[in-house]
Amino acid sequence: MADDVRDDAPRRDYQVIGRRIPLIDSWRKVTGQGPYTDDLKLPGMLVGKILRSPHPHARILAIDTSAARRLPGVHAVVTGAEAPAKFGVLPVSQDETAMAVDKVRYIGDCVAGVAADDEETALAALRLIRVDYQPLHPILSIDDALQPTTDPIHRHSKKANIHKQVDQEFGDVDEAFRASAFVERERFEFIGVTHAMTEPHAVIAHYTADGRLTIWSAQQVPHYLHRALADVMQMEMHRIRVIRPMVGGAFGGKSDPFPHEMIAALLSRGCGRPVKILFDREEVFLTNHGRHPTRTEMALGVDADGKLTGLDLDAKIDGGAWGSFGVVTTYYNGVLSMGPYRIPRFRYHGTRVYTNKAPCGAMRGHGAVNSRFAMETLVDRLAEKARLDPLQFRLDNLLPAHTTTVNGFRITSNGTRECLEKVRERSRWDEQHGKLPYGEGLGVACGFYISGSAHRIHRNRFPHSTVHVKIDMDGGITVHNLAAEIGQGSDTMLAQCVAEPLGVKLDRVHVYARNTDTAPFDLGSYSSRVTFMAGNAALRAGEVIAAKLVQAAARLTGRPAEGFVLRDEQAIYAPDPTVVVSYMDALHEAMAENGALVAKGIYQQPPPMGGNFKGAAAGLAPSYSFQAYVARVEVDAETGFVRVAKVWAAHDCGRALNPLAVEGQIEGCIHMGLGQALVEEFPYVRGGYILNANLLDYRTLTARQMPEVEVILVESNDPEGPFGAKECGEGPLLPILPAVANAVYDAIGIRMTSLPMTPDKILSALERRAAGRPRPVLQPA
Amino acid sequence: MPKRLITLDVNGAPREVAVRPHDVLLDVLRENLNLIGTKRGCDMGTCGCCTVLKDGRPTLSCLTLVLDCTESRIETIESVARGTDLDPIQKHWGSEGGSQCGFCTPGFVMTTRALLRHNPSPNDDEICSAIAGNICRCTGYVKILAAIRAAAAEIRGTAPVEPTRG
Repeated sequence: MADDVRDDAPRRDYQVIGRRIPLIDSWRKVTGQGPYTDDLKLPGMLVGKILRSPHPHARILAIDTSAARRLPGVHAVVTGAEAPAKFGVLPVSQDETAMAVDKVRYIGDCVAGVAADDEETALAALRLIRVDYQPLHPILSIDDALQPTTDPIHRHSKKANIHKQVDQEFGDVDEAFRASAFVERERFEFIGVTHAMTEPHAVIAHYTADGRLTIWSAQQVPHYLHRALADVMQMEMHRIRVIRPMVGGAFGGKSDPFPHEMIAALLSRGCGRPVKILFDREEVFLTNHGRHPTRTEMALGVDADGKLTGLDLDAKIDGGAWGSFGVVTTYYNGVLSMGPYRIPRFRYHGTRVYTNKAPCGAMRGHGAVNSRFAMETLVDRLAEKARLDPLQFRLDNLLPAHTTTVNGFRITSNGTRECLEKVRERSRWDEQHGKLPYGEGLGVACGFYISGSAHRIHRNRFPHSTVHVKIDMDGGITVHNLAAEIGQGSDTMLAQCVAEPLGVKLDRVHVYARNTDTAPFDLGSYSSRVTFMAGNAALRAGEVIAAKLVQAAARLTGRPAEGFVLRDEQAIYAPDPTVVVSYMDALHEAMAENGALVAKGIYQQPPPMGGNFKGAAAGLAPSYSFQAYVARVEVDAETGFVRVAKVWAAHDCGRALNPLAVEGQIEGCIHMGLGQALVEEFPYVRGGYILNANLLDYRTLTARQMPEVEVILVESNDPEGPFGAKECGEGPLLPILPAVANAVYDAIGIRMTSLPMTPDKILSALERRAAGRPRPVLQPA
Repeated sequence: MPKRLITLDVNGAPREVAVRPHDVLLDVLRENLNLIGTKRGCDMGTCGCCTVLKDGRPTLSCLTLVLDCTESRIETIESVARGTDLDPIQKHWGSEGGSQCGFCTPGFVMTTRALLRHNPSPNDDEICSAIAGNICRCTGYVKILAAIRAAAAEIRGTAPVEPTRG
């Protein structure tokens, strides 16, 4: 047992935890019955369409909607002036409005909405809306945005088009570098990438005569939508009901309250009919919210003993037109570099700028991906400078378990060492790294990610998650919560966490996690928080009901309650296992006095943690996940084409509540991360238009481009996770990009500093090197 | 533009629908016939979510004019299960973890159905060729391949073909 993996926790013979369990809602998917939002039809429902800005930056002088309003079949038209209240997912950057009020800020910005009997009429109405624009100079690059300006994109930008700046320093980094044996510096360029979920955004709003609003929306964060709707519609929250139908992929791309949701609500309030807005694929691309384009400058030092000395990091981040999650992104680009290595000194400057492009926001691995690429590249370079094996060098610099980082992160369980040892062994690293023929290579990289955010976005004292459980006389178990099932398996996880303490079959449990009228609130599916927080709340609720069943069994048998365990749908008296009460008998006895069993479980803020400085809360998590990957690549030096042949992916998820689902998350992360590493990019052409606003030209990897993946689950058994579990949905994306880049270096001796690593970049790097020194002779296969 | 009544053979039954010349099959299936199992992912033929079988061949219903279907047999995801008895493809898709968000699944299931009718024991290379037009953003395709191998084996009644890739 590795020294940093806990082995003192009691091992239990779980019945549903740790089993390979198909998702409980998979029948809805394999039959196509859903329903996803666009599958829903309401009587009298209208088609909503949005007029979008053709300009990247322009003042709106006048909007004339009179002709559109007169068109037969049009039932409502709305513009920005009717709902000027600001909103945004973060209370600290409320900079969005439902539609443009005075200016448009990117191509695709919402200007007006119409609701009509059918799509043709709605589109005809959009063409009848006259907007008088005064084009303004568009800001389309980080460099332009950093120039001083008197007419910023947002009035609240004080100097230049800057949205957020972060400055943090822990110890004297310059002194650390002076005392270092080697310091490696590099500048990295990362173009934006986007979620490309298969389901386009969709919403239905119905404002009814009782003054209530119901919204069905493909959402990861129904609770934040609920709050934002109340602000924009100027309604009390309890008069608004948010329902989340099935969600066809999200990855962070459905984690903001959106203008189109506000527009649907305003249109419905304008005519009293249900209104559906469904994006076409171009609109999905135009509104983006994907990973921020970033320029990362990093320096990392190592001393003569092979220990890391300090990290200096500067990130310039292109936020696009709105704030979205950008304040968090700006912090995360720095602070999520503080694991899994021990780094005694750290300095970070982060700057997020506004530009006249679609807003960037949260995307799987939020804020950590680009800095991780830089970090793992420099770790590799330092190991080479110090003439150390890069995998051993990582092992020699790891944070231990149960420690605190220099910036105040409380590290609990930490399985990185076991992750590295496992991929070293499985990939036959020691025999192969640095020893493969030219064109083939092996690369290693680690990762580190939050398992939920310890602090709430909104300042209040509510629990992060609450789960209600009800059992009535039929023995069925109903679970209510607002964590959003987006395909990651959260409904199945909630069912498991309730079923296990009750000792019942999983199919007794029915999860209702989609309706703010019936579900106690949960903050939603972001920052990899659901298993840790909602899972803990579900487990607590299950335990409360388990105690009632045990007491009932004790009453029925005259034995002490402490002796009973619940399993196999029975209460079994452990000291004499012939004493058994069936689940239904125990339930009916427990119900005799008070009726249906109801219980509540919460996940509250973890214990106080973190330092006392500005931004100390950013990146603080109740627990962290850790990864180590090895990738094997083949690089064709003639074409520049990189083929990833195999990935050994070790991930410390604390405990795999459902290994089938955990593997699926890791494999999906590798797919998305490889896309950013090899092909995906989101380029803007002059004039502020996206060059490839469709799935064909955006080029997500197909089945044929996926490597063989060997998933290795490391279970470090987190002391605060439910059954020891931590996150598995985002951290596993981080190591794949630098592992491939480090493997490319092992294969052809080229360090890539810009993503994606397309053949043209590989070839020009090879040509630059050839101009400097002779190209290595290709070895015969 | 005036509508015209046509009869489509959908899932083995004649369905009368009023259509315009430019209507595509996807719209008619979802909006007129309420067959919402066929998903709308892009309307541009780039994602494969709307795949149905037209005379047994996987076809993007978003790019298919409905007037081109009057002489054809159309099969949608709704025809795959018998009542509530899932087809082996659907069963193994669930048990192997082939669906996460599930939005792409109906299109994949239809593509797989056509593949296994023509080739009951496809190797991984043949599977990858068959599903190259279907995008999944969740699974990395690893468990989709596993589901197809397992379904093929059950339909053939023999052990699954050994994976040659992830």
